[in-house]
Amino acid sequence: MWEYSEKVKEHFYQPRNVGVLEGANGVGDVGSISCGDALRLSIKVNPDSEIIENASFQTFGCGSAIASSSALTEIIKGMTVEDALKVTNQDIADYLDGLPPEKMHCSVMGREALQAAVANYRGVEWKDDHEEGALVCKCFAVDAVMIEETIRVNGLRSVQDVTNYTKAGGGCCACHEGIEEILVKVLAEQGIAFDPEAAAKAAEPEPLPIAASAKAAKAPLTLVQRIRRIEAVIESIRPNLRMDGGDAELVDVDGNTVYVKMTGACSGCSMAAMTIGGSQQRLMEDLGEFIKVIPADKMPAAREPRTAAAAGAYGGFGARRIPPTF
Amino acid sequence: MSDIYLDNNATTACDPKVVEAMLPYFLEQFGNPSSIHSFGSGVGRAVSKARKQVQELLGAEHDSEIIFTSCGTESDNTAILSALKCFPNRKEIITTTVEHPAILALCAQLEKEGYTIHRLKVDGKGRLDLEEYRKVLTPEVAIVSVMWANNETGTLFPVEEMAEMAHAVGVQFHTDAVQAVGKVPIDLKSTKIDMLSVSGHKLHAPKGIGVLYLRRGVRFRPLLRGGHQERGRRAGTENAASVVGLGKACELALEHIEFENVQVKALRDRLEQGILSQVPHCFVTGDPVNRLPNTANIAFEYIEGEAILMLLNKKGIAASSGSACTSGSLEPSHVMRAMDIPYTAAHGTIRFSLSRYNTQAEIDRVIEAVPPIVAQLRKLSPYWGEDGPVAAPEKAFAPVYA
Ligand SMILES: Cc1ncc(COP(=O)(O)O)c(C=O)c1O
Ligand code: FES
Repeated sequence: MWEYSEKVKEHFYQPRNVGVLEGANGVGDVGSISCGDALRLSIKVNPDSEIIENASFQTFGCGSAIASSSALTEIIKGMTVEDALKVTNQDIADYLDGLPPEKMHCSVMGREALQAAVANYRGVEWKDDHEEGALVCKCFAVDAVMIEETIRVNGLRSVQDVTNYTKAGGGCCACHEGIEEILVKVLAEQGIAFDPEAAAKAAEPEPLPIAASAKAAKAPLTLVQRIRRIEAVIESIRPNLRMDGGDAELVDVDGNTVYVKMTGACSGCSMAAMTIGGSQQRLMEDLGEFIKVIPADKMPAAREPRTAAAAGAYGGFGARRIPPTF
Repeated sequence: MSDIYLDNNATTACDPKVVEAMLPYFLEQFGNPSSIHSFGSGVGRAVSKARKQVQELLGAEHDSEIIFTSCGTESDNTAILSALKCFPNRKEIITTTVEHPAILALCAQLEKEGYTIHRLKVDGKGRLDLEEYRKVLTPEVAIVSVMWANNETGTLFPVEEMAEMAHAVGVQFHTDAVQAVGKVPIDLKSTKIDMLSVSGHKLHAPKGIGVLYLRRGVRFRPLLRGGHQERGRRAGTENAASVVGLGKACELALEHIEFENVQVKALRDRLEQGILSQVPHCFVTGDPVNRLPNTANIAFEYIEGEAILMLLNKKGIAASSGSACTSGSLEPSHVMRAMDIPYTAAHGTIRFSLSRYNTQAEIDRVIEAVPPIVAQLRKLSPYWGEDGPVAAPEKAFAPVYA
């Protein structure tokens, strides 16, 4: 079964605001019966203040669909219509302390139901502009439609390109076969044959400024050179982390073990472990030796510099960014 | 009150007698069965005994027809890929739309590589049309692979008859009998089945052990090459403890096969009747008169399966669902789709699969628990009114499709 947060379970077992709403003046029906989720959201808006005075839902759906619907009604009650429209699916997911990536579409459905209900209240027709495909990359919750469109729009050629544009494939890499299949299909439409060899070549990451010299220099590095190089690699991945609201900082080096302090938007997020793996990979490639990256808060107490003690929770590496179409 | 396990088609508990039989092969008898010394020779004998126990349950003519593998999936893959190697000029495969992914995903891949896959359709009760089969069964076909029993509905396919038909045109016949072995009597020597897959963890043996039955004289190419184990047909040092466990499990399954078909079946029927008589708008999927004795698959209309499972789980009842949400895909079970079960019901299918360990008291607790859960979820459903589906449900609630 899915790993649901306590909050999701609570809203599933005791959903708030269930049923038909007396005096509703905005109703939105959205969903997809083929994927097993459908939602009717009813709102009662005060026409003078534009405040949503009450909201209720009916859902045909799984645990997280019911919990998302319940959360949505709680969030929007008391808001003005204007403010309610600013609620994102991420807000719904956050309210529930997160949803598994496969279930993010449940929160998307909530947001769409809200748009539909508001459109209905305003007497305009709501058109769904978002299309959802099968989930391809579980690490970053990216679906097939999103990948296809990004390939088309940006003329992408390789898995690495797709990762750079959508993040799909940037984690455990298990989805690379799926991404290649989409590349084959989309490129075929344009009369291009997908070439994994060429793609791999183009996909080679830009060498780090220091990497070129690293490969040339056979002489063993001095301690200082080695630490500088490690620092440079960590520096080079920071911009990406910052994009996700995270950050990393080199704390200490002990033989093959590199201690890194991580901070960021989603501490304790499951992505942290993966990003550690990623930076470890980069370090190993660059230094050409085995390197183990350990979060600074796992550092043996004796080594811990005084400043690190106050560092607090780590884990901000890959805050899960939801693709824009979601 | 302890929890109630009704998910035996997913996997089963190891029988304590199986565990007991296995234990010595971790600690004392840890030798390599191929070795000459005393650490190994006892293991070799234990593996031979297990082979005979499996042979007996399957009714195979020779014990050398039993090849131990790592799981049902490996057996399935080995069978199909072997046939393709043996008959490189035959580019067609016959299977069904309702096979396990161990077959379907492999066939989908082979299709991309240029093979033609004939997927036999099923009717609303999950039954095959043998006329359709006859039409595509030509000497162009490398292998037919049809499951003995369906894992979701329990529906049985006429594999013995289909094997005869394949044999008549000189086409190899494989059956994925992972769900059937131990639940229905099998006597391979009196059939024309060439290959058959078994998985240990569906019959109270451990996970990670399987069997490929290979009829003597049937052309074969191994999937794994290496050592001489399994007469060179499946290289790799034997998983001795698990092999011994599977042997014991087969012996126990043979002892209990009548129990399975009388007592377990009676419990299943009691469960089904108990639920159907209390819950409106639900129905049994598959072919009720021709199915495994332990499986009941019930579609609860207008509600979603994962939500049902979560509430069952809260009451200590374990079952499974064909809903999209439990699989992580966006589509409900391919088996329900193949039977043309409407979406509003397909998402609400729950599979209860029993074993010889279930008791009547447990079944009665489930019969009591299900109706309020269904009612509770229907209260949330936009397709449901006061105490019945809203008039013309598909029209009354027609969401904008995403
Ligand atoms: C019909 C069928 N075939 C094959 C398998 C796969 O067996 P295993 O898990 O041993 O690979 C299963 C189990 O889920 C099954 O039900
Ligand atoms: S699933 Fe895409 S990187 Fe892990």
